[in-house]
Amino acid sequence: MVALKNIIVTMKVTPKPEEIRFDPITKTVDRSKATNEINPADKNALELALQLKEKYGGKVIILSMGPPFWDQFIKMGIAMGADDAVLVSDRALGGSDAFVTSKVLAAAIKKIGDYSLVITGEESEDGSTGQVPPGIAEWLGIPAVTYVSQVVDVTEDSIIVRRTIKGGYEVVKVKLPAVLSVELGVNTPRFPDFERLQWAQSEFKLTIWGIKDLGLTEDEVGFKGSLTAVTELRELRPRERLRQFIEGSPEEIARELIKRLGLK
Amino acid sequence: MSEWRGISVFIEQDNGELERASLEVLTRAGELGRKFNEEVLGILLGHETDNLVKEASGYGADKLIVIDHPDLRHYNSDAYTEVVSYIINKYRPRYLLLPATRNSRDLAGRLAVRFRACLSAHVIMVDIDEKDRKLVTAVPGFGGNIVATVVCTGGKPEIATVSPGTYEARVSDKEATVIKETVPADLVERRRIELVEKSVSPMPDLSRAERVVVAGLGTGGDLELVKEFANLIGAAVGVTRPLADMGIVPRDYQIGTTGVSLRAKVAFVFGASGAPHFVYGIRDCGTIVAVNTDREAPIFENCDYCVVADLFDILKALIKELGGGK
Repeated sequence: MVALKNIIVTMKVTPKPEEIRFDPITKTVDRSKATNEINPADKNALELALQLKEKYGGKVIILSMGPPFWDQFIKMGIAMGADDAVLVSDRALGGSDAFVTSKVLAAAIKKIGDYSLVITGEESEDGSTGQVPPGIAEWLGIPAVTYVSQVVDVTEDSIIVRRTIKGGYEVVKVKLPAVLSVELGVNTPRFPDFERLQWAQSEFKLTIWGIKDLGLTEDEVGFKGSLTAVTELRELRPRERLRQFIEGSPEEIARELIKRLGLK
Repeated sequence: MSEWRGISVFIEQDNGELERASLEVLTRAGELGRKFNEEVLGILLGHETDNLVKEASGYGADKLIVIDHPDLRHYNSDAYTEVVSYIINKYRPRYLLLPATRNSRDLAGRLAVRFRACLSAHVIMVDIDEKDRKLVTAVPGFGGNIVATVVCTGGKPEIATVSPGTYEARVSDKEATVIKETVPADLVERRRIELVEKSVSPMPDLSRAERVVVAGLGTGGDLELVKEFANLIGAAVGVTRPLADMGIVPRDYQIGTTGVSLRAKVAFVFGASGAPHFVYGIRDCGTIVAVNTDREAPIFENCDYCVVADLFDILKALIKELGGGK
């Protein structure tokens, strides 16, 4: 009988992209009016982890790196069925790039320990780099399979997964422990359980670690530890379009479009 | 140790199929190489690579380093990371550019941590700073409506993955010198991932299609008329993210920041609201026609011809006028 150990799911909270505003004078991003949500692909990662637990056992632990107010989102993950959660929160972490983020998450994963799988979303909606999952694997010295759509089987020392590639898929067998990054939209994340949510909000104790708890110094994280720097932000304005409305019956519109675009 | 010099480009292939986006990156590297007097190195891993080498050697590289091994026929995260690391340590290129495809992003994420090097991901511009010669890139964020200028501040090689379709692949008059490298066998064998099965079907190259018809959520996933109309005008079919999320078509057909950017002369958009991450993917199109029942939909601010109507009525009429239909 196969039994998984800890299944660590990384989770990020992201502002809805369409609600982000850009101030062209100060050249800064205003996220204050945007609704925050659990990064959509991370919900798919959590759902996959919960399904694995139901079938192969193990303990699902949410791991996040962000400000203290993210606790309310993490508790939603607990209400979905996660067993435990860790939030790495430290002022020194501000400005961390993907290099630092993967380093910090890997350090926290080591501290949690005894894991079979680290499951992440394919990428975050705000950064969209997708570089954190393979980065975590490299820090931990374990394999990673990115863009996973489905788990096929779990054996004694391996997991068999389906991964999306250009124009199709491949099935690979990878030794445990491993990092899996899960493709957005591959499953339907379950709703939080109402009673469990009440428990999560009143009794659940979220573990919070600072960088010192992970044996990291201020120079290794945040802006200082990052290997990339943002020097300028600008708004990408789509080019001006004609924006001409074509009216009439469907047939008249069709004829007009065909004529204007020279389709016939 | 020698200095870090030159611009290297990872030339992606999988099972003998060359990823054209890597030729775009190679072309750009050639331009930068000429401008800054840096040697351009192509790095190609695969098996039975003769045809791939012939094709890839004409896009501006000075040298093409080829590692041919049966176990490198298919992309393998572990084996490719080890082999490319070996080549980087041997040639010490200052820059490493890769196409921002799934496999190359997987590889780049590992290499950046392996070398403790900077990595700029999914960039829509790559350049070298005139003064300090640092890698400078433009990175779209927050759904693509904000672009950050990102510079490398530490580590070598300075790495970037470049969005497919950002640059045009152009054949060069320069023919690369091919260097066949052999690597220690254990680098390929020391892997924890094994391929079990693979299934791919040929993909139309959406980023280069002249005409594209895009289906949005308003179609409810019913693509029959969309496909019929696309056939009649010789167009490729793409979808918005919600349709790809529904699993109706593979994500390769998704238009937008996390998918393909179009450069079509004519694009029809049926039933898409016009979310920023989608509009980003059609920004370089010539003429855009949008059909939506909601006059207030944001898509109408980002198209040339706006049609407020039921998309199926318009599709039927277009098909009829073009002489199609059963």
